[in-house]
Amino acid sequence: MGSTVATAVAHAEEHHTSTGLNSRKMVFWTFLGSECMFFGSLIGTYLVYKGKSLNGPYPHEVLNIPFTSVSTFDLLMSSLTMVLALAAIQRDDLKGTKLWLAATALLGMVFVGGQVYEFSHFFLHEHLALQSNLFGSTFYVLTGFHGTHVTVGVIWLWSLFALAARGRLSSKDSLSVEIAGLYWHFVDVVWIAIFTLVYLIQ
Amino acid sequence: MKQTSLRRPQWIRRALAAGLSALPLLVAAGCKEQYPQSALHPQTEYSDQLHQLLLTILRWEVGIFVVVELALLVAVLRFRARPGREVPNQHHGHTGVEVAWTLAPAIILAFIGVPTVYTIFRTQAPAPPDALTVEVVGHQWWWEFRYPEYGIVTASDLHLPAGRTVNLKMTSQDVIHSFWLPQLCGKRDVLPGRTTYIWFKPVTPGLYRGQCAELCGASHANMRMQALVETPEGFEAWVQAQQAPPAAPADSLSALGRQTFTQGLCIACHTITGVSAGVVGPNLNHVGSRLTLAGGMMPLTDENLRRWLENPPAHKPGSLMPFQGLTPQQLDALTAYLRGLK
Amino acid sequence: MATATAELHAARAHGESGLWSWVTTVDHKRIGILYFVTAFIFFLAGGLEAVIIRLQLMRPENTLVGAEAFNQLFTMHATTMVFLALMPLSASFFNFVVPLQLGARDVAFPRLNAFSYWVFLLGGIFLNLSFVFGGAPDAGWFGYANLTAKQFNPGHGIDFWAISLQILGIASLAAGFNFIVTIINMRAPGMGFMRMPVFCWMTLVTSFLIVLAFPVITVALVFLMFDRLVGTHFYNVAAGGDVLLWQHLFWVFGHPEVYILILPAMGIVSEVLPSFSRKPLFGYPFVVYSGIFIGVLGFGVWSHHMFAVGLGPVADSFFAVATMLIAIPTGVKIFNWIGTLWGGSIRFTSAMLFAIGFIAMFIMGGLSGIMHASPPTDLQQTDTYFVVAHIHYVLYGGTIMGIFAGIYYWFPKVTGRLLNETLGKLHFWFNLIAFNLTFFPMHFVGLLGMPRRVYTYSPGMGFEGYNVASTVGALLLAASVLFLIVNILTSVRGGKVAGHDPWDARTLEWSIPSPPPPYNFARIPQVVHRDDLWESKRAGKPALQGEAAGVHMPSPSYWPPVAALGVTLALAGLFFNIWVTVAGVAILFVGVYSWALEPPSH
Repeated sequence: MGSTVATAVAHAEEHHTSTGLNSRKMVFWTFLGSECMFFGSLIGTYLVYKGKSLNGPYPHEVLNIPFTSVSTFDLLMSSLTMVLALAAIQRDDLKGTKLWLAATALLGMVFVGGQVYEFSHFFLHEHLALQSNLFGSTFYVLTGFHGTHVTVGVIWLWSLFALAARGRLSSKDSLSVEIAGLYWHFVDVVWIAIFTLVYLIQ
Repeated sequence: MKQTSLRRPQWIRRALAAGLSALPLLVAAGCKEQYPQSALHPQTEYSDQLHQLLLTILRWEVGIFVVVELALLVAVLRFRARPGREVPNQHHGHTGVEVAWTLAPAIILAFIGVPTVYTIFRTQAPAPPDALTVEVVGHQWWWEFRYPEYGIVTASDLHLPAGRTVNLKMTSQDVIHSFWLPQLCGKRDVLPGRTTYIWFKPVTPGLYRGQCAELCGASHANMRMQALVETPEGFEAWVQAQQAPPAAPADSLSALGRQTFTQGLCIACHTITGVSAGVVGPNLNHVGSRLTLAGGMMPLTDENLRRWLENPPAHKPGSLMPFQGLTPQQLDALTAYLRGLK
Repeated sequence: MATATAELHAARAHGESGLWSWVTTVDHKRIGILYFVTAFIFFLAGGLEAVIIRLQLMRPENTLVGAEAFNQLFTMHATTMVFLALMPLSASFFNFVVPLQLGARDVAFPRLNAFSYWVFLLGGIFLNLSFVFGGAPDAGWFGYANLTAKQFNPGHGIDFWAISLQILGIASLAAGFNFIVTIINMRAPGMGFMRMPVFCWMTLVTSFLIVLAFPVITVALVFLMFDRLVGTHFYNVAAGGDVLLWQHLFWVFGHPEVYILILPAMGIVSEVLPSFSRKPLFGYPFVVYSGIFIGVLGFGVWSHHMFAVGLGPVADSFFAVATMLIAIPTGVKIFNWIGTLWGGSIRFTSAMLFAIGFIAMFIMGGLSGIMHASPPTDLQQTDTYFVVAHIHYVLYGGTIMGIFAGIYYWFPKVTGRLLNETLGKLHFWFNLIAFNLTFFPMHFVGLLGMPRRVYTYSPGMGFEGYNVASTVGALLLAASVLFLIVNILTSVRGGKVAGHDPWDARTLEWSIPSPPPPYNFARIPQVVHRDDLWESKRAGKPALQGEAAGVHMPSPSYWPPVAALGVTLALAGLFFNIWVTVAGVAILFVGVYSWALEPPSH
């Protein structure tokens, strides 16, 4: 993902492609297709088991929509800053790139922090554990996998930030930022689906 | 001379017809007794519907098989490389031919698909209301049969009256099993947490074998059963015998057997009305009247029962019934007691 | 350039010979060979398990192995054959052949390709370690819940199974991504999609199936792992869970998986038949479209594995009709293969015999498949030996025969030497006869009432004769593989020198030397026709290219095996020591960062 990588990759892998589409971008789209099936299965399972828990705590007793709305808004904003980061690197604005990458990563960390707070609140005060009931099992595994994805994204963004800080990122490497952005937007969209299906439609 | 040549095409046609429709089955289908668990010897309307559909499909398929394999064989033999014919014409395909051999299987599939859907709906219609309900419960590794209408609980031997529709209402106590009595009905999975149904009308009295068809653990192979279809009178007599309270020990040996039963681990799992109330293992009220023991593994004889009681897991891998270290005297007594529970 | 290269050599993996060069290789051809050798060893292991299964069933109430061992054997036999033999054997052909057929110098992501292989190897070893550590998995390759629950399966076999399948899934997914992009983006100039060899097409369809099906089983396995390790309730009936959840998730993966296993073999056969008929593939677009159609439909038929569950007449009818529809494109393929033979000039090489054998046996498997596409007849056939016969006609008579055809066909390209034809023909006939002796009787014994996955049966059921025949057949079948092994071992050094185009073949891989140089093509070919090599040979153009100089190839790398080790340890540690997981994640991080920061070539 560094500049050396990007140029070398450009040399070896973007040399000629039959479709003219970039291979790294294409492989990432196929990866996202695969991820759709992954989250589709997780969300599908949550929906199949909705209302099937034999004992509480039940979703309506624990889910805090106002709180989660705020963290959803936070994640949506991070997509905006991600777009700004890509725009900055494309015009070789290294300062802007660093600023917006850091902003995106920080917003992501706020979201993950919110999830950590939410989980611990559910666990300690609402007594909802993975083992409590079907709701606990499906809810934690689904949102936990999403949170893990956000965490990976945050690490990725900080890695790009580190490269930018060392001056090893330029408009030639905008693809690296663009792919990180694709991932980030995907994770964001998945959250919209989870927020709607798990939190809003109870 | 002339006669033979006239008769020959007919003979060929008959042989072909027989070969096409039934050759594969003829190989397998001996008499019913030779294959006590055969799916090729339907004995109820239900299983006959499955069988007729199989024959319908098989006739088409034997035809397809012969035609396609012959075409392959002809192509291979006829178009061998020969000197002087080095490079054949470079045919790339033919749209008309493609359309034809796309449509041909589609049409044949319609001849298979329509009777399939018809049979699906016929065999899965709701059971008639006057059917005899038998609750089937799958256990690792034995079948429990409950007759709510008569208050009877038994295992491994499914007694049924000839001429009355029976509706099996099935569930499992542990893992997934699959109920399969090939000659009477097809297969139906027996799932924990769910209820599945299968209904059919046995007509011919007799003994029909079956067994669990879904992998359910170590002794899956030993989870067997048999259906005993009896005349209405015979069934009625069986019901009355089963409804009677379990027999008291008839002699001192049996009395010692009952003592062994109550003092050992037996009572934890088995019910004998008035003696014990365990529900993990089969109900033993009339165990002596059954044809088999240990989940249909072996015929019920004194010798088998004694061997079984001595060390169940040695005969049935994974068996929940433990080795108790009973003395020979206790084994004799217990065998006598249980055999007396007619 | 040369001096810079020399300097860099000191800093990173290099070398073209020795064991180390195989560990660090990113050359698709070497990785293909690694896949082949590894998968072939697993294939022999799976075959050995099958032989023990057959010996146990030779006689009623046999006591060669116990019930528990028997359940482990058939579970490992199927899991090994599906995930460690057939899929990676296909992958070995993807690796070796696809870039050559496309006119490319490597796959799109050479290091990702190496990573796939190393993850596969480590996952396969991890699964088989279960034999040593407390017992192999024993709940069938389909691992139906809730037999896999801790309550009913307290040992560690299922943990090994669930985790190694996730590891192997990562290998398959990485390969799937790689080959999709390779085939879409690395075709030589002029090679439009409809000029692409059918094997590449089938690889493309297979890769899409892998990419879309494997995440689903991953989720199912994650649930299972959480249920067993943490105590969640996904498959716990007592907490309101539904055992059918597993079946739906598993078969949404499992049915496409069947096509993942068969489509590559169909691709191989579609290459071999034209070469030895000296005719183009008949109806190329129809063969391609039917392959795509099979792949798409494969996602809509999963419940035909669940007819006995009692989903209700409407669902049964829907899935029955959808399943029967698959017979149409399958039939179209078979007819087009016969059309390819028709009017050809057929040479009966070993490869061709196996390809023809594939068609003959696959017809059987396809037809018996239609029988259990019909739910009412399936109610008598499912979970009996009839289905065992069916899947072996499809996966052995089909996939394995196709792979054998591919071995005889491409061996000269891989090694530069021909396999011995006499041994090859002996292999074919032994194999064909033994195969049918093994599996044909299983149709009957299944219909006569023998369930599958039983370690024993009583005398007097009428099963004896059929089982003896199957066991004798299985022993002969195992012996027939020796012809292939001896042939490979002797021919790899002592075989007749093949030359670049021993079969007068049609596709680009035969336009370059055997074995191909590391860069494959000295000049990237310009493609003008389907079967471009054949056309240019007819046009009298010289096929063989000269030596190349200064071709820039990706360099060897340590990091793919390092990252693979990290992934394996991270997952493996989940059930025996969390610190192993932590170490694995750390190694993975080092591997991924070093990989990302290392230039692909010097």
